[in-house]
Amino acid sequence: MDVTANAAERLFIRRPDGWLTRMFDNKAFLVTLCMLPTAGLLLIFLTYPLGLGLWLSMTDATIGQPGHFIGLQNFVSLSQDPIFWMSVTNTIMYTVVATIGKFLLGLWLAMLLNNYIPFRAFIRAIVLLPWIVPTVLSAIAWWWIYDPQFSIISYLLVNVLHLRSTYIDFLGAPWNARGSLVVANIWRGIPFVAITLLAGLQTISPTLYEAALLDGANGWQRFRRITVPLLMPILSVALTLSVLFTFSDFQLVYAITRGGPFNTTHLMATLAFQRAIPGSQLGEGAAIAVAMIPFLIVATLLCFYGVGRRKWQQGAGND
Amino acid sequence: MTDTITDAAEPGPLARAVQDEPERPSWDSQAKRVVTLYIPLALFVIVLLFPFYWMTITALKPDYEMYDYAKFSPFWVHSPTLANIDKLLFHTNYPRWLLVTMSVAVASTFLSVAASVLAAYAIERLRFKGAQHVGLAIYLAYLVPPTILFIPLATMIFQFGLFNNPISLVLTYPTFLVPFCTWLLIGYFKSIPYELEECALIDGASRLQILKRITLPLAVPGLISAGIFAFTLSWNEFIYALAFIQSTDRKTVPVAILTELVTGDVYQWGSLMAGSLLGSVPVALIYSFFVEYYVSSLTGAVKE
Repeated sequence: MDVTANAAERLFIRRPDGWLTRMFDNKAFLVTLCMLPTAGLLLIFLTYPLGLGLWLSMTDATIGQPGHFIGLQNFVSLSQDPIFWMSVTNTIMYTVVATIGKFLLGLWLAMLLNNYIPFRAFIRAIVLLPWIVPTVLSAIAWWWIYDPQFSIISYLLVNVLHLRSTYIDFLGAPWNARGSLVVANIWRGIPFVAITLLAGLQTISPTLYEAALLDGANGWQRFRRITVPLLMPILSVALTLSVLFTFSDFQLVYAITRGGPFNTTHLMATLAFQRAIPGSQLGEGAAIAVAMIPFLIVATLLCFYGVGRRKWQQGAGND
Repeated sequence: MTDTITDAAEPGPLARAVQDEPERPSWDSQAKRVVTLYIPLALFVIVLLFPFYWMTITALKPDYEMYDYAKFSPFWVHSPTLANIDKLLFHTNYPRWLLVTMSVAVASTFLSVAASVLAAYAIERLRFKGAQHVGLAIYLAYLVPPTILFIPLATMIFQFGLFNNPISLVLTYPTFLVPFCTWLLIGYFKSIPYELEECALIDGASRLQILKRITLPLAVPGLISAGIFAFTLSWNEFIYALAFIQSTDRKTVPVAILTELVTGDVYQWGSLMAGSLLGSVPVALIYSFFVEYYVSSLTGAVKE
């Protein structure tokens, strides 16, 4: 650090102050200047649209036509719409099942990767691939894997392992389609969970496990009493982010089933899109999107709870 | 004694694998290691990578092979062909879509990183009154998913006259890029000792000089992380591109593959897979060069 300081000393030969330099030494000016681009972008393209979305949900706007205020009529008609209610239950089920799957498998993978294994860095790198590749593109690969006639899973089960006699209609029946979507979502979510949890695992000091071993703790006790509590802070943040993004998922379902068969696999996001853009009922689509907000707020509160607890556990001040 | 027998009987990769472990395990625990560690790990790797393998070999198969599992084992390519890729590159707008995606991703990344680095610097380093709350607000902004914003944004884009114009994407992608990058960079600035700046202040440097000569150069790894991450996120973005762009020659790769290559009831799986493969290559390439940055920004973003 000394070297850097000395280098800095040589760099700053004080020149007569130009007006620009003086302006930049004015803190208020500097703060305004620095915050301006971000504040501008987020206020115009994030905060304003949030309010506009609320307003649109109470109008009968269509594409190319601003629409009139109609109060809560959109919400009333949605509450009588069985497809909407199915999209709500689908979204909740999709989120719950996929999240549980992702976290169980991701935690397992993280614990596997936390061992001494050859080429660990390489394995960690390729394991993250499903998360890097554009969702829609890997979803198209899943679509092909789920093809009714040429599904490779069916081929494996029927022609290679002889476990079944007929090909599975993955996307043709509602429950099969829902299950297939959840599997694809879990597949895509495992890397994120595994890599973040692995980072958490690596911060746990091995001496804790050694101490527990000396005290005669078995594997489960070590997992339950050391790994889980110390992993909790990072786990709760990853969990909330994952829940949030799974709940508002759009790409995977749009690419694989587009809500079909017969609108039985719509999530709230895909239904909002279908009503708003191809169906051109902007008001109704906005109402569906607004209906997602209460769920998202609950998830966000959980996130702050997690973040807060993390700071407290580490004993770090609220700097 | 067991150790020497193990070594003599099994000098394979397993013996080498455990070399850096403090104690040499007995044969028993090596067998256990295979069952509890290597087999599950291999299964994970196979399942996580299989869709990409399947994508690749389908893209390389000729049609007669692709739909005839009885004659040709589907797990391998018997007579590889570049016909699908050729068709995609020279008989569709694919190069055009790649160009659009690339320009949108580069422009929005540049815009977002520039805005974020300033915001992160102000929040973490200038420590103005209320900086905490601004940081919190930006974090909250990250939690707003694009799926609840795209409808009002579509009406705004329409009013701005930017509908069907890729500039609309450059302007809207920062809604999810800026919060993420700012959050990442705040964490990064935190890791740079404040004393360095104080030293420079005492030596008579102006704030502008400090930012230019000390903070930014030290934050370069953070900037790279934010940049490649923002690039990947923009490359992957789907819903805005789907909602705001209509003409064929202005679509981004993910949208174009799904809307332009899927025609009628007969799916051209060969070209669909070739399109997905080629669309994944740019991000996969960048990823392969910057793996460590991805891992650190992914975990850093969650930790902060």
